[in-house]
Amino acid sequence: MKIVLPVTKAKDLVRGNSLIISEKAIAQTHIINHFLTDIANVCLFFARFIKQSFTPNTEFREFFKQCFQIGYKSLPLISVTGTIMGLVLTIQSRPVLANFGAESLLPGMVAVSLIREMGPVITGLICAGKIASSMGAELGSMKVTEQIEAMEVSSTNPMKFLVVTRVWAAILMIPLLILYADGLGILGSWAGANLKGDVTFSLFFTQAFSHIDFYDLMPAVIKSFFFGAVIGLVGCYKGYNAGRGTESVGIAANSAVVISSLLVLIVDVIAVQITDMIG
Amino acid sequence: MKNNNQEAIIDIKNLQISFDNQEVLKNVSLQLFNGENLVVLGKSGSGKSVLIKCIVRLLDSDSGTIDVFGENVNTLNGSKLNDLRKKIGFLFQSGALYDSMTVKENLEFPLHRIRKNLKQQEIDSKILEALENVGLADALNKMPSQLSGGMRKRISLARTIVVDPLIMLYDEPTTGLDPVTSDEISALINDVQKKYKTSSIIITHDIECARATADRIVMLQDGEIYMEGDLAAFENSKDPLIKAFFK
Repeated sequence: MKIVLPVTKAKDLVRGNSLIISEKAIAQTHIINHFLTDIANVCLFFARFIKQSFTPNTEFREFFKQCFQIGYKSLPLISVTGTIMGLVLTIQSRPVLANFGAESLLPGMVAVSLIREMGPVITGLICAGKIASSMGAELGSMKVTEQIEAMEVSSTNPMKFLVVTRVWAAILMIPLLILYADGLGILGSWAGANLKGDVTFSLFFTQAFSHIDFYDLMPAVIKSFFFGAVIGLVGCYKGYNAGRGTESVGIAANSAVVISSLLVLIVDVIAVQITDMIG
Repeated sequence: MKNNNQEAIIDIKNLQISFDNQEVLKNVSLQLFNGENLVVLGKSGSGKSVLIKCIVRLLDSDSGTIDVFGENVNTLNGSKLNDLRKKIGFLFQSGALYDSMTVKENLEFPLHRIRKNLKQQEIDSKILEALENVGLADALNKMPSQLSGGMRKRISLARTIVVDPLIMLYDEPTTGLDPVTSDEISALINDVQKKYKTSSIIITHDIECARATADRIVMLQDGEIYMEGDLAAFENSKDPLIKAFFK
């Protein structure tokens, strides 16, 4: 099927006095239009977040409540994940290192891999699943049940109360969760090393930390702040801009997880490249 | 503008709004006079809720003017708009109680923001008074999920009146409630008008609610005002559409 629109220009595409546009071309235009609108909305949302972050009357009570929700309530999940991460990495690496007679390097290797890469990325992905989905679903359901509008007519800026507090709480709490997961990962690694051997706690930790320096820790800490920002912003954006029906709450939560997980990986790739360039 | 020596506190002129090229309100003009209950009737999708959301600027109109207490809502900026909103109470169709807060926290929320100079003791007594007015003083520490539909509407009404608004906007206050609870909510609307001396716009398609509360009725049909008058004029109308509503 073709749609014929009357035009006066674009001579190449004109037959007679009409412009011939295929349905596929129109569909592609709609997709591009939708994509560009989405990007513009994200930029606008980010600009509003920045603006509201630096206006007076900060909602400290809600901010601390969100720090508790994001930080403290994630501790059980992050504890299990961190410990298993270190344990599995040790169990799987040990035979390979033993083949080269380099078993003594195990604590250092595990500590460097955990702190530089595995700890931040895996904890970031776990947080994307738990925190971004929870933000998307909570704000989405608030939108559907008119709670955000109720806030607006109560002379409260919902962007400041709901979004700014959540995003800053994520920016602050996720790096702390990552450091906590790193610590437990090394503890799990020590437990793993003791499954088929006998290493004292102090010897293992001395060996582990002797291989870590400032340039291992800082890039990981810096990128974890960006993970927090990405997770908080995507979760809030998707929830805040959810549609009207209850179905949109599920869509908001789901897309928040997918997009924030993807962005965590993209931020990680960029951070690795920058760290590599700096040397 | 005056009508029977009454002052129009909301004056809407030629209001137009459309979504996705579909006109929802077409040249709507109406006034709310001081101290009256104005019922806006109409079928679902006739643009009733959109009309009151434009009054508090939850939605921006395409054209036309909305004057509230003599100020054009469409031209107000952030802080001035907030000042105007402090004078208006909005009861949402779904109640819109904050799920993560207790009933007390729900009522504290607007008080902390609108009546900033109140002490905690005064806040507590205002909350108790508002809850007593809706007959739910014992629900103070309950979560919204522990309340029935009628109780949620009452608590939502308490949250709205706790800040002493001058104008009340009710969006389908009796929708989804049983006839007994609907009558109770209608009675509460009248009580609020008497006790707090409010002027109200009540959006509804519930004729019993309209009969119980209306001083004046405006009927919307396809985004336009179809008829305006008092309850008797609507009851006696021979128009088939009006008769279908008031049968």
